[in-house]
Amino acid sequence: MKALLGYKVGMTQIIQDDGKAVPVTIVQAGPCFVTQVKTDNSDGYEAVQIGFGETKERRLTRGQLGHLGRLKTDDKHPERKTDSGIPPVRHLREIRTRSGGEYEIGQELTVEQFAEGERVDVRGTSKGRGFTGVVKRHGFRGGPKTHGQSDRWRAPGSIGATSGMARVIKGTRMAGRSGNEKSTSANLEVVRIDTDKNLIAVKGSVPGAKGSLVLIREARKAAKEIS
Amino acid sequence: MSDLLIKAMEAPDNENIPELRVGDDVTVHLRIVEGDRQRIQMVRGTIIRLPGGGNNASVTVRRVAANGIGVERTFLMRSPLIEKIEVHRHAHARRAKLYYLRDRTGKSARLREKRLN
Repeated sequence: MKALLGYKVGMTQIIQDDGKAVPVTIVQAGPCFVTQVKTDNSDGYEAVQIGFGETKERRLTRGQLGHLGRLKTDDKHPERKTDSGIPPVRHLREIRTRSGGEYEIGQELTVEQFAEGERVDVRGTSKGRGFTGVVKRHGFRGGPKTHGQSDRWRAPGSIGATSGMARVIKGTRMAGRSGNEKSTSANLEVVRIDTDKNLIAVKGSVPGAKGSLVLIREARKAAKEIS
Repeated sequence: MSDLLIKAMEAPDNENIPELRVGDDVTVHLRIVEGDRQRIQMVRGTIIRLPGGGNNASVTVRRVAANGIGVERTFLMRSPLIEKIEVHRHAHARRAKLYYLRDRTGKSARLREKRLN
């Protein structure tokens, strides 16, 4: 399972050699570092934890620094892991893998593991929309604007019956907080990769605001060929 | 910072395109790929608008083809398919979009020439 953490940079269009302009989102991804490898034997499942976003050592707690192997051994902690080669990182995320054994702690992951033309999924946190009505949140059509109606343009309509089912069914879609939740853009094509600047351009949009953390990984469902 | 990162991915300016103005009479040299053969197609006409800027800059060229049928084509300026653009004549245009040319034919569809130093 190839995976990488990055920051969403923004959107633009890339003009291909055949003259077609492709809408892309640019993500500054990696370098990421393997911070922990979980296996069936150690944790009961296979996963790898990767870290991204270099920061200053003083911004991390001692617990975090110890986890990254950046503390020295002393009399009380003779067994402490040290010199893992991992820089201080801001973000840690775990990725389930078929076998974590293919990774080792301290290993560096970059955009080079992806190739142009490959399909990826991009996960992020969508932009928070605050308390929104039912039209924006669930795509309801609202009520009629004319024919003697008033105050019904964006109303949800009926939310249930009276005596036959004298309550509102759980999960009925209503107004409320919208956005700011995990979202995945699946099967995006990798259009261009810049290994010098650690940039990756994927076709289409990606959840979240500019500068937000996103996770790029191999597409889980292979795209059907569109010819 | 992020703008710079976006620019790194975008195409560079096409050096074979001079500064264009609305109303210019131009020839666009367009590279056309047919199978494995390549040829250059020329599109001559008047620039009626210049929408977009930077990476998205494009140009719309209008010409009146046979039987008085107007043909407008829009090109992305940073497209690799554009070999070059030649400017033959500048015109005195009092607006940024010359859509009124669509409703005119013959003498009234002419533009006054403007000579630049």
